Amino acid sequence: MNKPVSPDELITDEDGPLYAPRKKVFPQSVSGRFRSIKWRLMAVCLGVYYLLPFVRWHRGLGAPDQAVLIDFPNRRFYFFFIELWPQEIYYFTGLLVLAALALFLMNALGGRIWCGYLCPQTVWTDLFYAVERLVEGDRRAQMKADAGPMTAKRAGRRALKHAIWLMIAWWTGGAWVLYFADAPTLVRDLATFQAPAIAYVWIAMLTASTYLLAGYMREQVCVYMCPWPRIQAALTDEWALNVTYKYDRGEPRCSVKKAFDIRSLGEKAGDCIDCNQCVAVCPTGIDIRDGAQLGCIQCGLCIDACDAVMTKVSRETGLIGYDNDINVQRRVAGKQEIFKPVRARTVVYASLITVVCAVMLYALMSRTLLDVNVLHDRNPIAVRLSDGAIRNGYTLRFLNKRGFDRVIAIDVDGPADAKLHVIGADSVTPDRPMIVLGRDTTTELRVLVTAPFDEKAEKSVPVTFRVTDIGLGEIASATDHFVLP
Amino acid sequence: MSEHNEIDRVSGRSTTGHEWDGIKELNTPLPRWWVLTFYATIIWAIGYWVVYPAWPLVSGYTTGLFQYSTRASVATDLADLEKLRGEKMAVLGNASLADIEKDPALLALARARGRTVFADNCAPCHGSGGAGTKGYPNLNDDDWLWGGSLDQIMQTIQFGARSGHAKTHEGQMLAFGRDGVLKKDEIVTVANYVRSLSGLSTAPKFDPAAGKKLFTENCTSCHGDNGKGNPELGAPNLTDQIWLYGSDEETLVETITNGRAGVMPAWVGRLDPVTVKALAVYVHSLGGGK
Ligand code: SF4
Ligand code: SF4
Repeated sequence: MNKPVSPDELITDEDGPLYAPRKKVFPQSVSGRFRSIKWRLMAVCLGVYYLLPFVRWHRGLGAPDQAVLIDFPNRRFYFFFIELWPQEIYYFTGLLVLAALALFLMNALGGRIWCGYLCPQTVWTDLFYAVERLVEGDRRAQMKADAGPMTAKRAGRRALKHAIWLMIAWWTGGAWVLYFADAPTLVRDLATFQAPAIAYVWIAMLTASTYLLAGYMREQVCVYMCPWPRIQAALTDEWALNVTYKYDRGEPRCSVKKAFDIRSLGEKAGDCIDCNQCVAVCPTGIDIRDGAQLGCIQCGLCIDACDAVMTKVSRETGLIGYDNDINVQRRVAGKQEIFKPVRARTVVYASLITVVCAVMLYALMSRTLLDVNVLHDRNPIAVRLSDGAIRNGYTLRFLNKRGFDRVIAIDVDGPADAKLHVIGADSVTPDRPMIVLGRDTTTELRVLVTAPFDEKAEKSVPVTFRVTDIGLGEIASATDHFVLP
Repeated sequence: MSEHNEIDRVSGRSTTGHEWDGIKELNTPLPRWWVLTFYATIIWAIGYWVVYPAWPLVSGYTTGLFQYSTRASVATDLADLEKLRGEKMAVLGNASLADIEKDPALLALARARGRTVFADNCAPCHGSGGAGTKGYPNLNDDDWLWGGSLDQIMQTIQFGARSGHAKTHEGQMLAFGRDGVLKKDEIVTVANYVRSLSGLSTAPKFDPAAGKKLFTENCTSCHGDNGKGNPELGAPNLTDQIWLYGSDEETLVETITNGRAGVMPAWVGRLDPVTVKALAVYVHSLGGGK
């Protein structure tokens, strides 16, 4: 809810400047519940990101031993026990759907908690802020230095800060490329300048973007560039918990002393002492007391700051807290606060997530190591032969996901008396074309199915190609249609 | 903007005076980096005008500092591609047609090459999948005017039919009606006889004996005694179910009256030998090859 502006606060320069220089933000360090949650999450996120490439996973001969590997040259994706082929790209679609649903669910429960705690932009910016405070001091020192002249000492600190920033950025870019090749080998190659040029290019790009985004753009990414706040605003509802200044409790703001006086008269005074601590710690430089706003990434740091203040002035904490619009209004009306994490919206999101997870898990478990896909010729869709028989052409694509060559036989079930002809079959035992599938590859073949013309037959009948591994007995099949001209 | 001296009560900012459905636009200044980026793109664009071809003139265009030309760059790219493919294509060039058919890897390569060449050169007449249309043979079926073996297909691609090339296939369906060899009713009779050869229905008044006599006298020299055709002359088999121009009486009458002489261009000299080879393999593997 927005607090209405009083007339004397109105900005009257209606032909304001064309552009506004960025207001520098010097967020003050803070400690408390949410800050420590943020530290821990940051450690987990960065730890996973930087270390995951070095986790090994034994897969057997000829397969990479890296737990998480995106192998572009061979077009494989490895994730622990999972190995995905390009044909299985739908798993990634599934993952994206899951990610979106998880984001929606988070949003329905706690607003932009993703933004405040887990978004890479937040995590790295937070890290960069920490470095900045370590080198250049906290808010006050930084502001003072910023207002004063550039001294040698200050320049030195500046340089040190940027050096550390660049190192972090470079390490970030470096970790990224490790996901695309055997990590220990690549590290060695990088160090000896034998890695492929593309690796250096990517490291350079990610170093630059990390440095710029986390060092310079900071909150501007959230406010100007990120689409999520806009989408989020349309997805949220009055039940979602958002970082909220409870102005029903805080207003009117008055100093501790004045409040004491008012209260001693038995009247109600606001709890906010207008100390501006909540503004000072805010990494996006906003005043949460203005109400819910685009700039708020809901990191909860203002909660920590205000709680500390409230403790100091011996008032109940939670003047700023995760709360929803409904409760603000209910409290004003003297009603009980209510929270409803289980409601139609969250139930729908949660069940969708469960369904998608279940489907993906099922698909993963029932994943085959021998597969065949079929594509019917589109032009011509059917051919009439000189003796009147009808022939349909198909392209069969076989997938051998095993690490060895194997011999397969192809059979067809289709219209009565259908005959199968495989162009380029390696060997043909009577009526049973066989081919060799190379290990860990796909093979594409053109096959023709011919059947005598039967005037009474349906215009289109199903045709099934069955592929049998002669050695292992594994079977795969694909179905399409046999059509008449 | 100065006429819109209006202040938004909630935000305390001035508005631009624009309003949609009661929602007013605030006069919010842009962030500086945004404006600078915008200016940078303008400067970039000016640089682009100078460096690259940009402005149309009365008879030409500004060529820019680097004389950049998309055509030239495509030509270089194509040359690079040819070089890249050279080795593989050389293997294809050295292999015999029979070898290619036997080796799955070579077959796949020839088919891949053949498919693109077919789409560029052959599809306009034979259709993108080689399905043909009236007068343009279907390359997926098993009926071949000039023979459907790999060698014969390659021969036809190289020299064409009635193409004017010295080695082209020659053969003519005579214009029996136009040239006055057969009379109108005789033509109808022959047309019905030809239909009967492939088991199609005939007109009620049709006299098979008369048809056979006319056919023997006029047609067997090319189409053979029993109408089975002759690939040497490109004379189609009249006993099968495949008809290049159509099998109904009217079409046959038209064919016999005025003759037919479809032209297939010669591709030798237009396509290099390896490409022709790949094309032959591709066409053969469409399914109709013998
Ligand atoms: S207003 Fe509070 S929760 Fe929102 S970004 Fe600032 S500090 Fe974080
Ligand atoms: S920190 Fe708390 S008390 Fe201080 S200004 Fe913010 S809301 Fe008011």
